[in-house]
Amino acid sequence: MLDYETMRVIWWVLLGVLLIGFAVLDGFDFGAAALMPFLGKNDEERRIIINTVGPVWEGNQVWLILGAGAIFAAWPHIYAVAFSGFYLAMFLVLCTLILRPVAFKFRSKIPNAGWRRFWDWSLFVSGFVPPVIFGVAVGNALIGVPFTFDETMRMTYTGSLLDLLNPFALLAGLVSSAMTLTQGATWLAVKTDGDVQARAYKTTVAFSLVTAVLFALAGVWVAHGIDGYQIVSAVDPNGPSNPLLKTVTRGPGLWLTNYGTLPITMLVPLLALCGTIIVALAVAVRRPLTAFLGNSLTIAAIIGTIGVSMFPFMLPSSLNPNASLTVWDASSSRTTLIIMAGVAVVFMPIILAYTGWVYRVLRGKVTKAYIREQGGSVY
Amino acid sequence: MSIDMDVVTLSRIQFGLTAMYHFLFVPLTLGLSLLLGIMETVWVMTGRAIWRDMTKFWGLLFGINFAMGVATGITMEFQFGTNWAYYSHYVGDIFGAPLAIEGMMAFFLEATFVGLFFFGWDKLSRVQHLVCTWLLALGANLSALWILIANGWMQNPVGAYFNVDTMRMEVANFAEVILNPVAQTKFVHTVSAGYVTGAVFVLAISAWYLLKGRHVELAKRSATVAVCFGLAASLLVVVLGDESGYEVSQHQKMKVAAIEAVWHTEEAPAGLTVFGFPDTKDQVTRFEIKLPWVLGLIATRSLDGKIDGIAELIARNAERIRSGMIAYSALEQLRHDRKNPDLMEKFKAHQDDLGYALLLKRYTDDVAQADEKAIMAAANDTVPNVPVLFWSFRIMVALGLGFIALFGAGFYYAVKRRLPEKRTYLKLALLALPLPWISSEMGWVVAEMGRQPWTIDGVLPTFLSASSTVAGNVVVSLVGFVLFYSTLLVVELFLMVKYIKLGPQEPAAPGLATSQGRY
Repeated sequence: MLDYETMRVIWWVLLGVLLIGFAVLDGFDFGAAALMPFLGKNDEERRIIINTVGPVWEGNQVWLILGAGAIFAAWPHIYAVAFSGFYLAMFLVLCTLILRPVAFKFRSKIPNAGWRRFWDWSLFVSGFVPPVIFGVAVGNALIGVPFTFDETMRMTYTGSLLDLLNPFALLAGLVSSAMTLTQGATWLAVKTDGDVQARAYKTTVAFSLVTAVLFALAGVWVAHGIDGYQIVSAVDPNGPSNPLLKTVTRGPGLWLTNYGTLPITMLVPLLALCGTIIVALAVAVRRPLTAFLGNSLTIAAIIGTIGVSMFPFMLPSSLNPNASLTVWDASSSRTTLIIMAGVAVVFMPIILAYTGWVYRVLRGKVTKAYIREQGGSVY
Repeated sequence: MSIDMDVVTLSRIQFGLTAMYHFLFVPLTLGLSLLLGIMETVWVMTGRAIWRDMTKFWGLLFGINFAMGVATGITMEFQFGTNWAYYSHYVGDIFGAPLAIEGMMAFFLEATFVGLFFFGWDKLSRVQHLVCTWLLALGANLSALWILIANGWMQNPVGAYFNVDTMRMEVANFAEVILNPVAQTKFVHTVSAGYVTGAVFVLAISAWYLLKGRHVELAKRSATVAVCFGLAASLLVVVLGDESGYEVSQHQKMKVAAIEAVWHTEEAPAGLTVFGFPDTKDQVTRFEIKLPWVLGLIATRSLDGKIDGIAELIARNAERIRSGMIAYSALEQLRHDRKNPDLMEKFKAHQDDLGYALLLKRYTDDVAQADEKAIMAAANDTVPNVPVLFWSFRIMVALGLGFIALFGAGFYYAVKRRLPEKRTYLKLALLALPLPWISSEMGWVVAEMGRQPWTIDGVLPTFLSASSTVAGNVVVSLVGFVLFYSTLLVVELFLMVKYIKLGPQEPAAPGLATSQGRY
């Protein structure tokens, strides 16, 4: 039952779950931080926005850390190629992620207006930049990345930072940015009241529409504008994780193959648009939590769409398509996959349980009265 | 395949700097989280408000430090991929697992409950909040456990084998990886060093308040907790450090020889060099002061156990390189003739030495045909930097013994209830503030520079582990990290000093907080 093929598919799904968890949860605090200078017109309003995410953003960020850890443990080739290939982009992400905890913690420590403005914009940068870069990275993964391996599996990568900034990847970056900003806006609609909430509703509608339009545009582009990849040799899903044993072809429309083979998967991109409709209706009847869940559905479906389009590819190589990394040849050993799955089965429910409890403890709106009453003991 | 040594050197500098920088914040998080738990437990059990104030005050400083620890920790995880891609490919199957488990078991716990620690005071019952604080401390300590299991495997790679089909190391027995004795002793030694750091931090700042006559009630109690906790921790750290040293002597003989500057094998039991100047060129230690028998007793726990000398270990490693060349040559042929049973048998007989043959890649591309000169050069490379190890180890041990004295005296005064009036002691305690950081960093240097020239001891050389990126990229990130981290450190210290000077918030009516200039 736990054969190598099954374990690989399980870890492909689990990686998707982690990425969705990251985009939904860390997404709302990225989005809220990026919107903060615009939706918060004075220090008090900004503090309201910051304190809606203050107690939870650190836990949310662990989804990113665990996502990277899971790629390392379950898909070491991908970890090695993507992180070293996207070297400078990763460095940029790191800088913003280093800035984030510090900005949250340090901003409130000194009341000086200039000090606070500086950390406001630091929070903006650390909330706005990472989703864009992650989106650009995913866009490049869809196009293919210029790497190959020698016979000792040492990787060479021939691209540069500027190569990553091609039009399709930039569009992917915008999709990622728009869906994250929407997520932040719906969160603020849930957690605030008064003026801030009114602005959050307007922002939700705007960015939700932008997300849907850009996502549809990206879909058309994938179908007609960029090449997909396909394995043309026989593959052994239980074979060793050596990415040099297969033959791969590249061509237009190949990213749509899976939808033809298994038509039910066409529901996945449609769900993204359903999410948008839910958001629009929820905003119209002022049900912010429903809007938040609607956009979470959109995010999950967008990530799911990328997975379905590319399967079994995870990171195709434009330089040497045969060296592309796929579900069948880029994983850890079966033993490691089984051990890691066991740990996940035990701990993920525990994590979800206490995370849920924490959100319940923190339920309710962050208001002006709360900020005034708490004074210095909150951000 | 060509290796860009600039990339290797720059990446090593970057990893060393960012790891040592990260390690400025980690020990304090480990120690202070536990001290917060202890203080809050007293608050919940006695209901005396001062213990709540203590928890909140030290918690504030904890928060500033914690933010820096989180910020600099992400760099460490990403760096294995960005700068050490071949390492990630080669050992990700084993090394990645503890990192991912650390995320699930420790980071989620720590990061989720740190939010409630700061924001939950009014939303939770006393007992609920106390549980959150302890879960935060548990998360921090579990995180140390898993990262040291990963690190322990780098020092003593058990439970793994080389898979010819995938050209990498894979798990054979994960239980061995977890129960690795090197990892276990490292874990307890490192966390107790963290407890010492937390205790010195609380003691030194409390001493400063007592000297100034400020916040006396709070400082007196904090100092008392710190000396009790610190005495236990400092005794532990030395005992467990000895245990760690014993494990090292079992598995990393070259590291022990370098730490002790044992150039040649001596008659058992070997003497311990307390002081001296190791001279790498002539392979002698000048002006040495030696205690007979002691090293043999500590390292082998016997009267007849020998400590292998560096010269003898080089000769042994040269043999292993020759054996590794056979494995390497068999592996090259296996790539074109995968199912050949003779080749496979040949490879299996020598695979434990494959890593030693990889050391030759610095000198020749044709490893299987390397000449005697290359073999000797590679064997000489297996010696880590002796003077650096010799001295960092001695500084660490001296400070470790110093902490026992510091806390021992403090404990005596605290029991006699005379701590606040012992001004000389309080001044010394204040001066001791930077010392635990120095000893922790020295400990890191001993452990990790003592591992050189390997990333995975005996399996993968450091120079082969790096990414095939261009040196320019690493220059950009290295300069960026140095500038960014230096700025952050200045801001962090500025805030720490500001809030230490301000001291704990005196009881005041709500709403007055702003007028006191606190926020």
